[in-house]
Amino acid sequence: MNAALLLSTALASVSANKLRASLTLLGIVIGVSSVIAMMAVGRGAQVSVTSRISDLGTDLITVRPGAQALRFAFFGGGGNSDVLSLGDALSLKDEVFAPDVHLVAPENSFSGSAVVGSENTFVSGVGVTAEYLEARNLNMEYGRNISNVDVENVSLVAVLGSEISETLFAQQNPVGATMKISGREFTIVGVMESQEGTIFNPDNSVLVPITTAYYRINNGKGLFDSISVSSINVLASSENTVDDARLDISTVLRLRHELGAEDEDDFLITTQQDTIETLEGTQGTFVILLGSIAGISLLVGGIGVMNIMLVSVTERTREIGIRRAVGAKRRDILFQFVTEAILMTFAGGLLGVLVGWAIAYFGNGATVDGDIIETVIETHIAAIALAVSVAVGLFFGIYPAVRAASLNPIEALRHE
Amino acid sequence: MTSTPTAPTPVIELTGVSREFRIGTHVVRALDGINLTINHGEMVAIIGPSGSGKSTLMNTLGCLDQPTSGSFVLNGQDVSDLSDNQLAETRSKQLGFVFQSYNLLPRETAISNVELPLKYSGGYSGKDRRSAAQTALDRVGLSERYDHRPMQMSGGEQQRVGIARALVKNPELILADEPTGNLDTKSSAEVIEMLRSLNEDDGKTIVVVTHDPEVAEAMKRIIAFRDGRIVEDRAVSHPIPISAGESEQ
Repeated sequence: MNAALLLSTALASVSANKLRASLTLLGIVIGVSSVIAMMAVGRGAQVSVTSRISDLGTDLITVRPGAQALRFAFFGGGGNSDVLSLGDALSLKDEVFAPDVHLVAPENSFSGSAVVGSENTFVSGVGVTAEYLEARNLNMEYGRNISNVDVENVSLVAVLGSEISETLFAQQNPVGATMKISGREFTIVGVMESQEGTIFNPDNSVLVPITTAYYRINNGKGLFDSISVSSINVLASSENTVDDARLDISTVLRLRHELGAEDEDDFLITTQQDTIETLEGTQGTFVILLGSIAGISLLVGGIGVMNIMLVSVTERTREIGIRRAVGAKRRDILFQFVTEAILMTFAGGLLGVLVGWAIAYFGNGATVDGDIIETVIETHIAAIALAVSVAVGLFFGIYPAVRAASLNPIEALRHE
Repeated sequence: MTSTPTAPTPVIELTGVSREFRIGTHVVRALDGINLTINHGEMVAIIGPSGSGKSTLMNTLGCLDQPTSGSFVLNGQDVSDLSDNQLAETRSKQLGFVFQSYNLLPRETAISNVELPLKYSGGYSGKDRRSAAQTALDRVGLSERYDHRPMQMSGGEQQRVGIARALVKNPELILADEPTGNLDTKSSAEVIEMLRSLNEDDGKTIVVVTHDPEVAEAMKRIIAFRDGRIVEDRAVSHPIPISAGESEQ
């Protein structure tokens, strides 16, 4: 039997039992469409996260305290300091030791309740220097930025994120107004532009001078140089000198922390590229996970196909006997049943691709729990899903087909 | 189509054919050393009670089964040791089957049922198949029934579709297993008349298994089976066509 005949015979057999065929198809449709849709959502998330990080500028380097690997604290190894200080940050502004560092913006964090009149809200704030805005690529909406004079004077001034400003002052311009944070009265000097949709959303935070955060809010007692910072934002002189700048930072900090050649870093330097890679890795795992879950439903669909094919072989035992008696070889019967199975899974796969594509297409831009879902449809995923559904048909169709082909024609003719 | 040759050419030659079935520890001998020659252009009835081995003989002649021992030469070719694929090819090329219960594919039309053997032999275009099937259906008088499905036809008509299917590849030999077993007298008469005509007019060799004595007497030679052996083998000098009695339709 040639391929065209095989196909038309299989088509006739499958369409003879439309309800059964469509129910069997459904399993594959669900499997394939969920693969397509989930992969589209997964890839969409990956792409949007990557682009948001890139928005921050690829020349941003972040330095955090703590070792890269597990530290041998119990054995007295490691450096002599577990924290980064303001002194560390200031030392990075050194044209000799750190020529590729363009800007240094240390920060620390605090939290507490903010009170304006009868309005009361919990805030998480950041202690900053004047360089913070540039490092984080942020802009002012009203008023002025925290200045380095404020930092020197340990001033009680604050810059608000746009959302918190709205919470406490509604639509009014709050510049010049006062608010209480942890019982101390601050003068509001500015409001930042909204950065909705970015990965480090500052809309809900309050900026104060880094010294104020340390001495006045966190009640620190150390000297100026030893003010602890939670991280140091560093801008390299250009995107091409990020790696050089990273080396500069490492050199300076290792010197300051008096680390020997054997000691590991007691700080962690992360570039935007590192962050993107890490996130892409995580997202990749996520995508694979989604894909596997969808793949399992494809597997279940395949088992459904096998089940129906086995029933079909039993029901059509006599037909098989007739075909054998008029000259069909074993392999003709084998091919016929395998073709039927593949036809079903291929049709299911095709339908699944269309449904999955439609879900991804119409789901793009939909809002779930306030998050905008972005989807990225990839043709190669559709092609793979289709190929896999054909493979599922082949895999799950082969056993029933072998059973059909190995029937004894005499007994098959005598069946029921 | 072909005229009966003057010197008899054997179509079927069985020499010492035995077929044993093992049921548990029991060995049942369905055919016990059969020697039998059927020549070109013969029209033979094989009779015998159930379990006499006539079905086993039919399966062997039909290349659906192979003898345990002995040789079976079909049209000059020894088919006793052929592989499964070769047997399928032999069935396709040399034989036409007619079954008691017609064995048509219920969802297919008459013409598509008749086309079936051609689909498994290759070398036929869709057009070729259709015209060959039409010729065969015309031959059995079903020119008006091309696109009818088995359910839309009477038993007699279905059996004639079965005969058309057996004829479509123009084989030398037609094997019919109780071809009138499910039919009323009138339809039986038609079917037997059709087989007779294929024998006399088209020169086909015809072997019919039956336990209807009337059908047997309509053939030209009767071979009786009992316990796996031939107990009688006689020529019928004047075959009696079945009288078309009152039909149930």
